[in-house]
Order: sequence, then C-alpha cells, then structure tokens
Amino acid sequence: MEKQKVTINVFRFNKETDYLPHYDKYELEISKDEVVLDILNRIKWEHDGSFTYRRSCRHGICGSCAIKVNGRSTLACKERMIDMIELFGNELTFEPVSKKRVVKDMVVDKKDFWDKYDAMRPYLIAKIDEHPKSENIVSPKEAEKIEEADYCIQCGCCYYACPVVNETNEEYFGPAAFVKAYRFTADIRDNDKEDRLKIVDELGKGVWDCVKCFECTEACPKDLDPMKKITHLHNQLFEEGVVQNNVASRHAVGFKKSIEKHGILDEGMLVAYSEGFGVLKHIPEAFEMWKNGKIVMPWSMPKSKKLDEIKKLVKISSTAKF
Amino acid sequence: MSLKYALYTGCTARESTPELMKSTLAVAKKLGIELVVLDEASCCGASHLQDFDDFLSLVLNARNICYAEKHNLPMITICNTCQLNTALTKERLDNNPELKAKVNEKLKEVGLEYKGSVSVRHFLYALIEDYGLDNIRKKVVKPLSSFNIAPFYGCHNIRPSELHHFTNKTKESAYNPTSLDELIEALEGNSVDYEHKNKCCGFHADLQAPHTANRLTGNAIVDAMDNNADMMVTPCPLCHLNLDVKQHAASKEIGREVHMPILHLPQLIGLALGCTPEEVGLNHNVTKAEFV
Ligand code: SF4
Ligand code: SF4
Ligand code: SF4
Ligand code: FES
Repeated sequence: MEKQKVTINVFRFNKETDYLPHYDKYELEISKDEVVLDILNRIKWEHDGSFTYRRSCRHGICGSCAIKVNGRSTLACKERMIDMIELFGNELTFEPVSKKRVVKDMVVDKKDFWDKYDAMRPYLIAKIDEHPKSENIVSPKEAEKIEEADYCIQCGCCYYACPVVNETNEEYFGPAAFVKAYRFTADIRDNDKEDRLKIVDELGKGVWDCVKCFECTEACPKDLDPMKKITHLHNQLFEEGVVQNNVASRHAVGFKKSIEKHGILDEGMLVAYSEGFGVLKHIPEAFEMWKNGKIVMPWSMPKSKKLDEIKKLVKISSTAKF
Repeated sequence: MSLKYALYTGCTARESTPELMKSTLAVAKKLGIELVVLDEASCCGASHLQDFDDFLSLVLNARNICYAEKHNLPMITICNTCQLNTALTKERLDNNPELKAKVNEKLKEVGLEYKGSVSVRHFLYALIEDYGLDNIRKKVVKPLSSFNIAPFYGCHNIRPSELHHFTNKTKESAYNPTSLDELIEALEGNSVDYEHKNKCCGFHADLQAPHTANRLTGNAIVDAMDNNADMMVTPCPLCHLNLDVKQHAASKEIGREVHMPILHLPQLIGLALGCTPEEVGLNHNVTKAEFV
C-alpha cells in the first residue's frame, strides 16, 4: 500500500491566551516513508502556520522533537508513521510529552528536567595534571562500562513517561538524570563517584523511589535502557559503601537474608527487617491479610527443597556487602 | 493435546496469595495440563536482590531454570516479576557465553549446569501459545458475559518488550497489549478498555515510597471504576497484593473511595471453566467478590 488515510487529533493550547486546550482534527494521506516530524511539518506548512513544536536536527541527535503519540513517548524525527498506524490504527493523537508543562501546542517547559540534569553535575570532575607526560588512555573495556549512557540526547522521552515523576512525586530525579549520573559514576576518569552516589541515594529523590516499571526503558529512542543504569547505580551504592542504612537498602539486602534461610522469601520477616519499628504501621493490613489466610506463621514457613544447595551458592556467589 | 510444564511458583503463591496456587492447579486440572512443581526453586530476587547483588541473583535464577531443564520441560511462571527475572537471566546467559561460564562455575559446585535448553514463559502466554484461545473457549461452562472485566497487565509481563519478545512467541505491544483482553473475550466476558491497563501498580516501592505506591494503585482502580468495570484481573500476584489488599490506603491517598474485586488470572479462568469459588480460593481475596 502506497498511501494511507489517517485522522490526526492535535493538541492545541497557548498558555498566554487560552483557558483550556482543544484538539484540531486533520485528515491526511500518509506515505510509507514519512516520520512523525514530517506530519508536524505538513500541519504547520499546509494547514496552520501557528502550530508550534520543537525540532532542529531531524537526525535523532538534538533531542528536541519528543512528543506523545497516543500516549506513547516518541521522538518525532525517528518514528515512522506506518509503525504508529500499525500500533494504534488509523486515528492518532499528537500531544506534548507533558500536558501540565505545556507552553504552546507541542512545546513544553523543560525546567524541572534540566534542573534535575544539573543536580547530577553533568560534567567530568577530575584532578587533571596540566602538564601530562603521556596520553590519558581509557581502555575499550573501561569505556564499555558506560554502556552508551553518554549517547543520551536529553529528549525526555523517558522522563515524561515515568509514572513517579508525572503522577506521584515531582521531586524524584527520574530516569534521564540517573542515566547522566551513571555516565559519570561508570567513567574511570571521574574522581567524584562517592558524592555522585550520595546524591542518587537520597530517599524521596533518588533511585530508591523507582517503581521498576520499565516505562523509561520502553520509551528511550536511543535504546539506552535507563532502568538498567538505575540497577547499576543501586549496585554501585553497595560496592562503594555509600548506601545508607534505611528501609529501602534493608529491603534489598533482606532478600539475601531470607533466601539464605528458607530458599524462598519470608515475606513477614522481610517487612519486619526492612522497616524496623516502622513495621507497626503495617499491622492493620497484616490483620486483614491474616483474616483471609494470607499470612504464613514463622513456624509453618515453607522452605525450598535442597536448601543446602542454595545456602552453598549464596556463600560462594555473593559479591556484595552491607 | 497433552501439555506438561515445570511450574515455578514464586514465593507469593506459597505465602500471601495461596489462592493463586489453588486456582492455577485447578485450571491446569480442568484443562488437562500436567504441572511438575519445582519445589527446589528459590526466590527470584523480585528485582530487589538484583539491586544488592546482581551476580548472586543470576546464579540463583539460573539454578531455578536448571531444575526445569532436568525435567526437560518448558518452564512456566505465575508471577510477572518472577517472569521478568527468570527471563532476564535466560536472556543474559544465552547471549553471553562468558557470563554463562562464570555462572556455571558456581553451579558446578552443587552439581548443576545451566544449558539454556528450555523456554521460560508466563502461564498466560503458555496458555495462549500452546493451548490456544479457541480451545479455551470450548471449555467454558460458565460464560462471563454479564461482567465488565478490566485487564491489568502488570509491568513485568510487557516491559521491556524486547525481552518478552525474546521469550514469548506472542509479540505483545507494551503500549497496546491485547492478550488479556482476548482471553477475557474467550471466556465470553466484556473486556474493559481503560488507560491504566498497562500502567504500574507501584508495588516495588511499597515500603520506601508508600505514597507513590498507593497513588499508582488508586489511579489504576479509579480508572477501571470510571470505565464501568465490575472487576479487575491480573496475571501478577504482586499487582494483586497492591490492588486487592491496599484499597483502603489507596482510597486515602487519592481522596476517593475505591472498591473493586480483583481476581488473579487463573481465578477468572477457573470460574469460567466451572470451578467453585472455593476451588479458586476466592475466600482469600481481601476485597470480596460478592457477585459469585
Ligand atoms: S523504571 Fe523507574 S525511572 Fe523508569 S519510568 Fe519506571 S519509575 Fe521511572
Ligand atoms: S535516556 Fe533516552 S529517553 Fe531518556 S533523555 Fe536520554 S535519550 Fe531520551
Ligand atoms: S518476584 Fe515475588 S513472588 Fe516472584 S519469586 Fe520473587 S519474591 Fe517470590
Ligand atoms: S529533531 Fe533533533 S532529535 Fe528529532
């Protein structure tokens, strides 16, 4: 099929003049080599010159053209229209990546995004010998550890897809900032690893508030897998001994303790160990669960068969300390 | 058709969601599927052990898969997070011989070897891919036609999609998933379309960020309520814990009273196949499903 008819609903709003947003509807013929950005251009050039969006490079490098297509974070210059049609059908909705941050049409205020980016100190901090005798060589093996985190184009696709940032906790740094943090904590030349890790360890803002939903990984147009970087940051927190002793870190460690003992997880013990005295606040829920036969008592806690094997593996395979 | 799987139960089915275990076994029995329970298995680490000790979690998950390999049976999981961690382990080891060798060095100490010879799928996808929706439809004795059922997919069965496309034949879209909807339709129920069907319940931040978790749980339930759902169904016991047990906390967090019966996937299937409420353990659900 050469051309396809598509209906596109376009979010329109001007913060300076409008009280409420509205949607404009366009019926367009789409050819198979067009990307989303081509359609934004056609709307502006052929239908309404006041339509506003960001774009610059058209090559997936500047990171300015992110929008949402049917709720999905999309880099407009990279995403092919036929793929969007295959995914969502012949009626598509174009919206800014964040409606509550919109300035005009597809353009959003990225201030909070950049503030969090800045909080990561996004530059190399290193003691540099001003008169080096030889080149500072980074081996390919060391460079690979960064796992392409330096390819991030700050498009925000991940950030505006993150439910914690957007639905529950505006303080949360979010995936893009963590990719940036990891880009430096994994860089052998950087001398500020410990302080960087302290920043991402903070409860309420840091990595512990991630709900592990993988929205960021799914959204990233550069395939950087932000969630994987977040896991690496968690690992580094323990490796470098930076991690604070709190409910979140104990929760991670508690799994090992329980597996060592039972093979499977002792849910009650995990909550008690993680929370300390805070465990008391779970009593009402625990009571409801107990009434419905959802609480296993310590004396009837099931164990994995061949527990000795598990114990031995925990002993010989452990790599982290708390 | 005779299907046989190695069942990795996960911890939750043995502890806080006994109804998941009961209903899974009941459904398997109704459909004539044979299950070998992997009693040797350990916890998958639930994505939290992974934060502390990644290598240890790889070794433990590889060991779990070894036991399915020993039976030479495809492995199935009944928890999204178990599926995620088992699949992640499989993908990483199958694609990285060096890492696989390192893990096997440890496993050798207990006389095991991870080969990568069996598949690892969630029960949902095994049912769809092997048993088939049409065959399930034929077994329905109590059609769910009078119910609006909101499917709640749970993150770890659909994201990251690349991983799940590696393990499943079904190429589910993370943005427009359809498998649960289709299954609901096969049971003759009306599947509810709502925005939060593929969103997160917040479970993994329950302890350290309860406001986040309760809000996400609340938002999902409210969305289902506003789209006239009579109940929600989920393939994940962790989602189930949040959605079923925390409705009071979620109501407080979002400032609106929520009430919604939440069924485990095999509970829903079981009821349609003619199991009694007891057989699928409905008595364990905290938010009671009054309609049965
Ligand atoms: S995995 Fe974590 S950082 Fe990524 S989108 Fe989900 S909550 Fe946000
Ligand atoms: S991590 Fe990916 S999605 Fe997030 S800002 Fe960078 S390039 Fe964009
Ligand atoms: S994810 Fe949860 S249910 Fe699954 S094995 Fe781990 S702890 Fe158990
Ligand atoms: S226009 Fe530069 S990334 Fe799309």
